[in-house]
Amino acid sequence: MGEKILMKGNEVIAEAALRAGCRHYFGYPITPQTEVAHYMARKMEEIGGTFVQAESEVAAINMVYGAASAGVRAMTSSSSPGISLKQEGISYAAGAELPVVIIDIVRCGPGLGGILPAQCDYFQMVKGGGHGDYHNIVLAPQGVQEMYELVVDAFNLADKYRNPVVVMGDGYMGQMMEAVEFRDVERIERYDKPWAACGSEMKREHNTITSIYIEADVLEAHVNHLYEKYRLIEENEVRADVFNCDGADVIIAAYGTCARVTKNVIKDAAKMGIKVGLIRPVTLWPFPKKAFEQYASVPKGILTVEMSMGQMVEDVKLAVGGRNNVYFYGRTGGNVPAQKDILAEVVKIARGEGGDLR
Amino acid sequence: MSIVFERPHALIDRPLHYCPGCTHGIIHRLVAEVLDELGIEGATVGVASVGCTYNSYEYFNCDMVQAAHGRAPAVATGIRRSLPDRTVFTYQGDGDLAAIGTAEIVHAATRGEKITTIFVNNAIYGMTSGQMAPTTLVGQVTTTTPFGRKPELHGYPIRVCEMLSTLEGTAYAERVAVNNVPNIKKAKAAIKRAFQVQQERKGFAIVEVLSICPTNWGMSPEKSLEWLGENMMEHYPLGVYKNVELTSDGAK
Repeated sequence: MGEKILMKGNEVIAEAALRAGCRHYFGYPITPQTEVAHYMARKMEEIGGTFVQAESEVAAINMVYGAASAGVRAMTSSSSPGISLKQEGISYAAGAELPVVIIDIVRCGPGLGGILPAQCDYFQMVKGGGHGDYHNIVLAPQGVQEMYELVVDAFNLADKYRNPVVVMGDGYMGQMMEAVEFRDVERIERYDKPWAACGSEMKREHNTITSIYIEADVLEAHVNHLYEKYRLIEENEVRADVFNCDGADVIIAAYGTCARVTKNVIKDAAKMGIKVGLIRPVTLWPFPKKAFEQYASVPKGILTVEMSMGQMVEDVKLAVGGRNNVYFYGRTGGNVPAQKDILAEVVKIARGEGGDLR
Repeated sequence: MSIVFERPHALIDRPLHYCPGCTHGIIHRLVAEVLDELGIEGATVGVASVGCTYNSYEYFNCDMVQAAHGRAPAVATGIRRSLPDRTVFTYQGDGDLAAIGTAEIVHAATRGEKITTIFVNNAIYGMTSGQMAPTTLVGQVTTTTPFGRKPELHGYPIRVCEMLSTLEGTAYAERVAVNNVPNIKKAKAAIKRAFQVQQERKGFAIVEVLSICPTNWGMSPEKSLEWLGENMMEHYPLGVYKNVELTSDGAK
């Protein structure tokens, strides 16, 4: 066991990236993730890495695209409006099969919205956001310790599959301070990158990194190749925290901060004689469909709780496939679903009094 | 018998897809000759942009990365910062560099990124069929200025070398043309210097190459070369706008 340190989520993101071997970070200031850049600016100079404060989020993601093309581990971080700007580069990285890591500390929208925590980037991260047929791998931590682990895993997964990986946390995940232990150094995996554009030294054919395939059949073959990769990822990399679900009356689907509030709701409901289970997707893509299939027949139904107007609930509905009622409870604008309000929804559903049926 | 002229090794033996009379072929060749002469093909990563040269990676024999529209200087920044002992160049057109990618080129220059930019200015969008470019001359007819570019409606053409030469991070900026043999020779010398500036880590280097687009200008290649000399050079004077002394200067 190592030492536990009290640290802010955003700083842990930066520290995790450094421990994962990332020496190239490119960012642009935006609340509530800017501490990642502060930490990187200081550390990269100390250790001889690269920190560039880019002229825009657009430039930052394209710098990451360049660095990943060259074969190094590279990362950018931002928050929702900044992520919208990065979507162009993320689509290109997916098309060119580049291992890039993107951190999204989500704030409320649409538009400039506000700077308070939210989960309303689910659609733009999980469903694409950029143009074209592609998927990001999307990891959703529920606290600072898991943030460390998932950021390290993000670099491993990005290299393993040559694919963009997003670590998406609501604003609390970046701003909260918790104890973290930097364990599991063996989590860091290394992959050869013979495809990298790093100079041929005239010892091999020249390498090309590109996302353009002008001929229909060639592009279709490329996209089919991507989808074969996505199928493998769905087969091998799904992660979910399934808690208290066996014999449950109601199951709550929630991730990040909402999942943590739900843990307390489970205790409150137990006192009232209602057994509540939790399915917490850790990978938002690939989505843990099987966990929902397994518990689709929970007697009273499934309640999805989000800090949004209902985005992940669509995937829950797809996974449940009409076999049960899927309800929704959410708050937005920077508000968090309160323990008592979630409990009230649970009680209604358990008593068969309905809810926001989706 | 000695060989006096051959295809540069850094240029792949493959037919170019460019329109008849297009000068991209000449500029590609000049870049490849410089890579050969400096012996850096194996230590170079080029960045292709969006426009007619989107697939210049089909022609250059060094490692290549294809960038999104206008983002080549940012991509090149990422590559160069990751490979400090490599040479990195971007090859960009006027729409790519001076319109959608203005922020990226200005900031790469002001950061003094150790990259070389080959900026091909033919005063028009070629690939998308002849729309107004930021460099389109006043009065010039394009598919989006059908009655000629009018400053009161469309603004003025941007002089990129002049603009970038005001930035401390720019070590070298020169405008050349490929409309005749003497100018082509000067263009080659400028491109070579722009790579040497990078090799000596002096800062950002750009060569603006006045070029032609017979297809979208609606002229023969021969007439286009004349038009370049008669019209473009007045607004875009050839010459060195920024220069630094190089160690290799003393070696000569």
